[in-house]
Amino acid sequence: MSEQLNVPTEGNTEKIDYMTDSRPIAAGEATPGCKKRDPIVVAENVTRSFGGINAVDVEYLEIPRHKITALIGPNGAGKTTLFNLLTGFDMPNSGKWQFEGNSLAGVSPYKVARMGMVRTFQLTKVMGKLTVMENMRLGGSEQPGERLSKALFKGLWGGREKEITAQANVLLEKFKLDVKKDDYAASLSGGQRKLLEMARSLMVRPKLVMLDEPMAGVNPALTQSLLDHIKNLKAEGMTVLFVEHDMNMVRHIADWVVVMAEGKIVAEGPPVDVMKNPAVIDAYLGAHHDVDLGDAEGIKELAAELVADEESIVGTEDAGIIAIDVVAGEPDETEPRKKETE
Amino acid sequence: MDFGFIFSSAAGELFSPTTAAYALAALGLAVHFGYSGLLNFGQAGFMAVGAYGFAISTLSFGVPFFIGLLIAVVCSSIFALLLGIPTLRLRADYLAIVTIAAAEIVRYIVTTNQLTSVTGSANGLAAFEGGFYAMNPFPEGSYLGMNNRDFFIRVVGWGLVIVCCTLVWLLMRSPWGRVLKGIREDENAVRSLGKNVYAYKMQALVIGGVLGALAGMVFTLPRGAVQPANYGTELTFFLYTVLLLGGLGTVLGPVVGAMIFWVVLSLTQGILYGLIESGAVTWLNTVQAGQLRYILVGVALMLLMIFRPQGVFGNKKELAFA
Repeated sequence: MSEQLNVPTEGNTEKIDYMTDSRPIAAGEATPGCKKRDPIVVAENVTRSFGGINAVDVEYLEIPRHKITALIGPNGAGKTTLFNLLTGFDMPNSGKWQFEGNSLAGVSPYKVARMGMVRTFQLTKVMGKLTVMENMRLGGSEQPGERLSKALFKGLWGGREKEITAQANVLLEKFKLDVKKDDYAASLSGGQRKLLEMARSLMVRPKLVMLDEPMAGVNPALTQSLLDHIKNLKAEGMTVLFVEHDMNMVRHIADWVVVMAEGKIVAEGPPVDVMKNPAVIDAYLGAHHDVDLGDAEGIKELAAELVADEESIVGTEDAGIIAIDVVAGEPDETEPRKKETE
Repeated sequence: MDFGFIFSSAAGELFSPTTAAYALAALGLAVHFGYSGLLNFGQAGFMAVGAYGFAISTLSFGVPFFIGLLIAVVCSSIFALLLGIPTLRLRADYLAIVTIAAAEIVRYIVTTNQLTSVTGSANGLAAFEGGFYAMNPFPEGSYLGMNNRDFFIRVVGWGLVIVCCTLVWLLMRSPWGRVLKGIREDENAVRSLGKNVYAYKMQALVIGGVLGALAGMVFTLPRGAVQPANYGTELTFFLYTVLLLGGLGTVLGPVVGAMIFWVVLSLTQGILYGLIESGAVTWLNTVQAGQLRYILVGVALMLLMIFRPQGVFGNKKELAFA
């Protein structure tokens, strides 16, 4: 499903459609910490420890430009900490990292945002007592009226305000928040707040959007349109980096997946390859992860897989009861575990 | 009981210079707390800095009125910077602790005996208002039952309130004000959108502090004296009462709040004194009655918080999600 059209792009370097660009992302082998053909963020030896625990210990990481990169990993893998470090909200113990060739070491968060690297938060942050529209306008950049010296004179900022409002209206419509425009952001549901936060971050016109769990709490009916929005960001020339636990989302929209565990990058690659990687399956996904339980087909598929799986009791006479060896003691480990790698 | 007198003196409080001073200082608090979420518990300190800055520069250095005014404003700005530089990067509660302590430090410094020649110690300073009244354009006579001096200070005080309210209103409807309100709600979110939160907080702290300094001057000019006892911590809490009465994030709230505060104080005092004099109340003397009215203000504030928590002018909708 993540096969892309194999349009030959050599000799067509002038205008690239980022939606269908299928040139290889990695410069060489897709190994953890590999070089990318065109990186936007480069991090080297970034470490951050909290009281002796290495929350983040990234030797080398490049984020490919004009691609959607997913950052996955179990809870406590250091994904959000890495986000905080990259955007200046937290200071690493060591290491250097750069965005479009500019070093970000010691750069304060607001400057990072102005450079074009904008993030959202895992715990959604909307300004509850401002209206949805005001929330959006707050994201607008280059508003002269945000300077104290010009704030008193509407003539100096009214024009830009109109442009910002127009930009906000377009985004709100895309995110289906236009009817909520004049409501207080606090009256929005959790999912709508996620949408608002994402829309607001786009008001900055970022080059790199970093989304921390964009799908958490968004109702399934909205998920599809949100996925499309994220995909479309690529068409507008943006780069996306997101943290997500929903594997279907990762599979659907990510061009590249980075897997973290215990602060380290353990695997990297296109989603199809990464999800077959035994290290990833062990650390995070678990067996049978590639079955979509959301539809009847998937459940049948899983049942069939489980019958074929020697470790499973489905399809044997023990099905439906707890395996006796589990109750009696340690399960029999003599058999080598088999992964359903094709 | 002379109700005519009670009501006329209460009505007199509506436009008294002290009410104007409270309105200005509370407007400064509205900029701090209502719009930017900065917990300033030292507004009395800002008022003291303004009042003493003006009085000392006039008495010790003999500067003209407007230079004295400028010095007061500059002093309060420096005071704001001193408080803000170490604390504004920290959580809001640190600013609260530092401001309440700093206000007390200011009060103790001007009370020290070693500085009596400059600050007048506990007795304070007097006779610095000559330059101000020399500018009085109103010839002697009766203006609405006031002499020309009383009328002049009211015109200046309330004129200042109107100008400051307009400025604050203009600022708060601008994108600059929007960033401040965003900071009040969530400063990290504002930071992630590329705004220099620290600079905005500092600007807000200075603006509110300057309003406090102006309030300090309006407060002392009609008295003709500045005394440290007037700038105790309770002044800050009265100002918060005023702010809460009127409504936090509003421009007119502090003004109306100050009026309500002083009218209620005056009414309760008049009625209690009247009751005591007429013999209806025997279990209370006039000194106790003076204390009791502050208790009544506290009760009024509690009732207000219970039944109209957004204040007189506040937006009920904003509180629905608090």
